[in-house]
Amino acid sequence: MKPFAYQRADSIDDAISAIANHPGTAYLAGGTNLVDLMKLGVSRPRALVDISHLPLDHLTHRDGHTVIGALATNATVAADPVIRTDFPVLSESILAGASGQLRNSASTAGNLLQKTRCTYFQDVSKPCNKRAPGSGCPARTGAHRDLGILGVSTSCIATQPSDMAVALSVLDATVSLRSAAGERTVKLQDFYVAPGTTPHRETVLEHGELLTQVAFPALPAGATSRYRKVRDRWSYAFAVISVAAVVVLDAHGRIEQVRIAWGGVAPRPWRAYLAEAELRGRRPSPELFERTLRAELRHATPLPQNEFKVDLVKDVTTALLTDLAHPAEDRKVTR
Amino acid sequence: MTSVGTPLERQDARAKVTGTATYAYEHRVEGVLYAWPVTSTVAKGRVVDIDMDSAMATPGVVAVLHADNAARLETNIDLGPVQQASVPELFVLQSKKIAYRGQIVAAVIASSAEAAREGAEKLVVHCEEQAHDVVFRARDPRAYVPSVLGDLGPGNVNRGDADAALEAAEVVVDVAYSTPAQLPHPMEPHSTLASWTEGRLTLYSSEQGPSNTSQAFAALLAMDADDVEVVCDYVGGGFGAKAAPRPPAVLAVLAAKLVGRPVKVAWNRRLMTAHATYRSPTAQRIRLGADGQGKLSAIVHEAQHMTSALSDYVDQTASSARMMYAAEHARTTATAVRLDVPSAGWMRGPGETPGMFGLECAMDELAHRLDLDPIELRIRNEPEVDPSDGKPFSSRNLVACLQTGAEQFGWVSRDRRPGTRRHGRWLVGTGVAASRYPVFTVPSRASATAETDGTFTVAIGAVDIGTGSRTVLAQIAADALEVPVARVRLDLGRASYSAAAFAGASLGTASWGWAVDKAGRVLRDRLRDGAPLGTTVDVDTTEEVSAMRDVSRNAYGAQFAEVKVDAVTGQIRVERMLGVFAAGRIINPRTARSQLIGGMIMGIGGTLMEAADIDETFGDFVQSDLAGYHFPTHADIGDIDVVMLPETDDELSPVGGKGIGEIGVVGAAAAVANAVHHATGRRFRDLPLRLEDLRNASPASMSLHQSLR
Repeated sequence: MKPFAYQRADSIDDAISAIANHPGTAYLAGGTNLVDLMKLGVSRPRALVDISHLPLDHLTHRDGHTVIGALATNATVAADPVIRTDFPVLSESILAGASGQLRNSASTAGNLLQKTRCTYFQDVSKPCNKRAPGSGCPARTGAHRDLGILGVSTSCIATQPSDMAVALSVLDATVSLRSAAGERTVKLQDFYVAPGTTPHRETVLEHGELLTQVAFPALPAGATSRYRKVRDRWSYAFAVISVAAVVVLDAHGRIEQVRIAWGGVAPRPWRAYLAEAELRGRRPSPELFERTLRAELRHATPLPQNEFKVDLVKDVTTALLTDLAHPAEDRKVTR
Repeated sequence: MTSVGTPLERQDARAKVTGTATYAYEHRVEGVLYAWPVTSTVAKGRVVDIDMDSAMATPGVVAVLHADNAARLETNIDLGPVQQASVPELFVLQSKKIAYRGQIVAAVIASSAEAAREGAEKLVVHCEEQAHDVVFRARDPRAYVPSVLGDLGPGNVNRGDADAALEAAEVVVDVAYSTPAQLPHPMEPHSTLASWTEGRLTLYSSEQGPSNTSQAFAALLAMDADDVEVVCDYVGGGFGAKAAPRPPAVLAVLAAKLVGRPVKVAWNRRLMTAHATYRSPTAQRIRLGADGQGKLSAIVHEAQHMTSALSDYVDQTASSARMMYAAEHARTTATAVRLDVPSAGWMRGPGETPGMFGLECAMDELAHRLDLDPIELRIRNEPEVDPSDGKPFSSRNLVACLQTGAEQFGWVSRDRRPGTRRHGRWLVGTGVAASRYPVFTVPSRASATAETDGTFTVAIGAVDIGTGSRTVLAQIAADALEVPVARVRLDLGRASYSAAAFAGASLGTASWGWAVDKAGRVLRDRLRDGAPLGTTVDVDTTEEVSAMRDVSRNAYGAQFAEVKVDAVTGQIRVERMLGVFAAGRIINPRTARSQLIGGMIMGIGGTLMEAADIDETFGDFVQSDLAGYHFPTHADIGDIDVVMLPETDDELSPVGGKGIGEIGVVGAAAAVANAVHHATGRRFRDLPLRLEDLRNASPASMSLHQSLR
């Protein structure tokens, strides 16, 4: 592997200046993805700036807003009592990912910025437009069972593998990005960019910019939220597909608000905005959910090996929304 | 004072969990260098030129090893029928021809592993690429019948006239099954430290057989086997991947020879997929002919495999079908298609595992056709003697396993109608399958010494690859010497200790145990006759092993599984699993239980997730690491249990065990797949059982919406 320099940042500003004007450098936090990619030769930084000890591990619930520092570990966030009680979708999504050891090390920002597990991206002996722009994409005619069906491009069909991002997406989260010029706040939905012809560019993050925190507002009173993940084994596997949902019913049992996001199907958490708009004000039923979701999936562009994802994500979402909208007595649905 | 039969704790458990057990790569020698391989990025072709400048300019790099400067190996060698199939793969860097993607085409040697790797990444290898063919298709017209299979039997075996019997049968089941390539992926990847000292070679290497590894390198290097020491003090698993030496060890030897210094190599997961061998995919067709009562008249089992340009190895996938059940007519045929792929080899129950998946599912299908309990069907076809050759069984307790299991699993009250049990979204079902694994016994040598402090040292060129051999051999030695096990020191893991069997084919304990038992008894008798402390005896079991009577020796078992299938997602959970095994005398019930449960869990993995797909474009395996190649996690395993039936068998070694390393895997897949049929009402004949295939498995009467109510 390529030799690299290692430096511990003394402060946030110090870290930003150590990266900003130096191409080929990278922030190091939990290291659970970056170090793997360095071993594979996919990521070959000249220097790492270690930020893991910087004071960015805060987790607060104040004035109707939850703020999670970039360096709060996945384990910490998942175990937080308020997250568990008020935002079960987030806790469930984190616990559905990785392993206990990884969650103890992995950071919030690192989770959101983790790279696709597309086999071609990870193998430097093969072409990949995301890793080596312009080299081609063997996935379309090769192994694509686990890759995307929505929002993909002819250049790239990789998926964003984070479970947490899918949950944060239905919580209408924003991320704060700091640079020498100051701080900006971006909606998580706008943070990830469509692959188009430049799949190597995955987020709006500029080189040197540091993702410092994630924030989201409290859910409306009476909201229920859940995460459901379908995978090839019952632990320690990326999502084949996953669904995060928030449902709020009005006094008449109609859908006042619904938010739906999908993982494992797109280069970003896929908010089903069309379905959400269609469902608002309607009386919930499995038939309605299924019909509406089918419309949302009309623009899916699956390939032979992942065609099953279209119906799978529709059916699992229908089942999840049905659970949230009709909490049966014997079914334990967290508020 | 008997230790055999007691659940003695592993003798090396503490050393392993405290990190003091020394594995191959952890040995230290003066002046060591490190080699990292450069592998071919084409599946077929030729190395034309290597540009070494930037690799050599990498700080720490000492040399580049390639086909033009690698020492010449002896190529006209014969390692005997068992090991010979692996030989062509050992000719590392002996030619410029590329036979598969991932083949070693060079290596960079440096002062650190990191520098070697950096140098390897900078080495530019120019290849001439030829069109490759890597696609395994069922019923490939190019399939040939190999003359010899992994079990040393022929590819095609006929008994009676199976075709005529099928024609005449009242009921015929004619079904096709497929199993994917599977990777062994032992916890410890291949690693070797090669060190030359005054013409002698020492290999600290992760191997399943110190003796056969020593013999193989002696042959490759035209040396005396006494001059090739192989040290395998601790080995982190093998699953067949280390049953014969592999290219990494050869690379270490060639690199050490080139630079005149000791050289270490350690493979990573990605490299393992090309060089660790794998279980060949199979495309199987099974035909069963029976009368209305389920009495079999004919069994035809055909299995197509994949071979490589370098290896002729073919699993004995169909062999079980000629001896499991009393059918007068049988034909078993193994075929192979040669492709430009890495070489297949032994992997955990080679042949028996995929073959018994097919056969035991087909038996379930026949039982279903006849509306007969599948256990009853097997009992009706229980043979008196081995149907394949008429030999008597040394013991065969398959029926007892099935009946004991039926009782303990709660099979008796089973409603055999498929697709009729639902708990909420879950479809529930149970399944059963038989297990069988042959008993092999191989001559081994061992020595025993009466130390002056009153302890005893028993040494044997055996190896403990994580199974507990170190512990059970100490128990056998203690009983033979008639002393407490605490007074026995068991040395194993070195070729110089003795010529001994390898750890494979479930034959280790029986073969080594016999030699250890003999050494202990001979020494005990010598001491009784007045021999002084300090006496050492050497024994050899060749005579006893060759005097064994010609009977049919097999371990048997019955596996039961309860599964539930999520009607919405197609996900499967194995809720309960019970294995009942009759495997002769159990030396240590604690380690035996671990072995059997481990096998069953591997069987669950093989049913539900383990699969390595060849990439058609590139020719390598798509699943190149343990994030992509799945095996079960704790969360995948429900209630799992094992019953070991007491069994006496006088036709075995005096130690009395049949071997338990592999039988736990055999039959597990069929039990789970049969349970999935019982749950869903549909047959899934292609492994692994992926959720997308299961997803629409709900009985026709049940729509998604109903399943949500």
